[in-house]
Amino acid sequence: MGAAPASRDVTSYGMGLAAPLALFFLLFFVAPLLQLFWLSLHNDTAGLHWGLGQYLHFLTDPFSLGVLGSTLLLGAEVTALCLVLGFPIAWLYQRVGPKLQTIIILIVLLPLLTSVVVRTFAWIVILGRQGIINATLQSLGIIDTPLKLLYTQFGVVIALAQVQMPLMTLPLITALGRIDANLDDASCSLGAGSWRTFFRIVLPLSLPGVIAGCTLTYAAAITAFITQSLVGGGQMLFMPMYLYQQASTLQNWPFAAAISIIFLLAVLAVVSVFTTLGRLSRGYGGA
Amino acid sequence: MSDRRRTLEALSFELVMTVIAVIALIIIIAPSLVVLIVSFTSGFSLRFPPPGYSLRWYAELWNAWQLHFAAKNSMIVALWATGLSVVLGVAAALAISRSRSLSARLLDSLFMSPLVLPALAFGLAALMLFSLVGLPVSPLTLVIGHTVVCVPYVVRNTVAALAQLEPTLLESSAVLGASRLYTFRRIVLPLIRPGIIAGAFIAFMSSFDNVPVSLFLRDAATDMLPIRMWQDLEGKLDVTIAALSGVLIIATVALVAVMERVTGLSRRLTN
Repeated sequence: MGAAPASRDVTSYGMGLAAPLALFFLLFFVAPLLQLFWLSLHNDTAGLHWGLGQYLHFLTDPFSLGVLGSTLLLGAEVTALCLVLGFPIAWLYQRVGPKLQTIIILIVLLPLLTSVVVRTFAWIVILGRQGIINATLQSLGIIDTPLKLLYTQFGVVIALAQVQMPLMTLPLITALGRIDANLDDASCSLGAGSWRTFFRIVLPLSLPGVIAGCTLTYAAAITAFITQSLVGGGQMLFMPMYLYQQASTLQNWPFAAAISIIFLLAVLAVVSVFTTLGRLSRGYGGA
Repeated sequence: MSDRRRTLEALSFELVMTVIAVIALIIIIAPSLVVLIVSFTSGFSLRFPPPGYSLRWYAELWNAWQLHFAAKNSMIVALWATGLSVVLGVAAALAISRSRSLSARLLDSLFMSPLVLPALAFGLAALMLFSLVGLPVSPLTLVIGHTVVCVPYVVRNTVAALAQLEPTLLESSAVLGASRLYTFRRIVLPLIRPGIIAGAFIAFMSSFDNVPVSLFLRDAATDMLPIRMWQDLEGKLDVTIAALSGVLIIATVALVAVMERVTGLSRRLTN
């Protein structure tokens, strides 16, 4: 590694130090993805005949398009629910003392670090036929027969929202912490009510955090294989399980590769929309 | 009169926000508590509340050799992946953290991209490449795959720690005649160590919990704990899994408490 071209500036290190990780990523991250792309451009499982057959198959098949659509919709629903629940947590965090702040952070943080299988398993216990919700409703006499909560869209959305909540809440807490508290007071003393101040001052200024949180939550929610398959059950199919079935059970690698590429592009598209919004909102916040 | 309306208005706002926040916090914490309680059941089902309490499923866990085997594999892979992530990630973070150059920004995006890209697609891609070059799935391929998806946490936390480092400290050290290596060992490393430890901790936890990459890169000989648990849950709702979940929850709480002491984890993740 040549240290010679590195600047004499003692506060920075040469780019050469990034070379090992860059090489590692080239070999084991970029190369596999390129190979995935290459294979997706073949019409047969052996990978001998070039063609766009796999993509045409996906894009003309109503079933495949339905899976893609329901996956993207699922992500949007989970992200919206996380935002509605996560924002008040971040707001509360700014209003309590340091002791409570640490407790709130730890409550938010714990699920992020708890095994995702464990968190999903908990939702099976809660939503199941003999689960807490059904048992409570039955003992209160509100319902006679157990509600079907597991294996429903509602179940998947609420379970995913809980699993991904930290990804939304942490950037929101950071963003709200950066807002000058005087702005709040100024708005109120100028006669704006709390609701108006919130929607006209606090929410717009926290947009960078909202967008960061939405990006992370969305990306995580649509790829959450375990939660989708265990809470969603066999009837609901989302992109990750579809990909896994095609690759593992059916051994249809070129089609699985095409699904992966389409999925990757869909995620990238959503992320870049969020990033563009983020850039715009920073301009707005600074103005 | 208008003053009273103002107070009412402010009260309604605070009330709504606080109520939603408390409900959200309960939704976050409740599932773990429910699993903990159910894991102490004396019955055979996951009924809540349990008919009685016992440690029988924890005792059952003692004999679940399949789970032991998977847990051991997961632990070994997570330790290797974390070690590799720290070595590669800290070096890369040092290189890109203080540089404003385009190449540094591009590398930063590259190193962070596993966080947003669907890991399942990467798992499949890695399996295809390994089978193309004739490398059978093994603990080695698992460590490589896990390192790719875990190294971003080390890079991010180390970069954040480096960003808070006062450049004047390094300059003073150089002016006083210390070599770069000496400055690094005596000044930089001690100051960024909590950041590295926090990153390593998150990398370890995410490797230990990884499903999408392990799904493709493991076989029966390298069974991994989250996959074993997932497959057990697909088949039947086993109360042993509740006991194992209890163990994992308690271990996570303990580790987070230690990390909070050592690295100030909570402040690190909100700055």
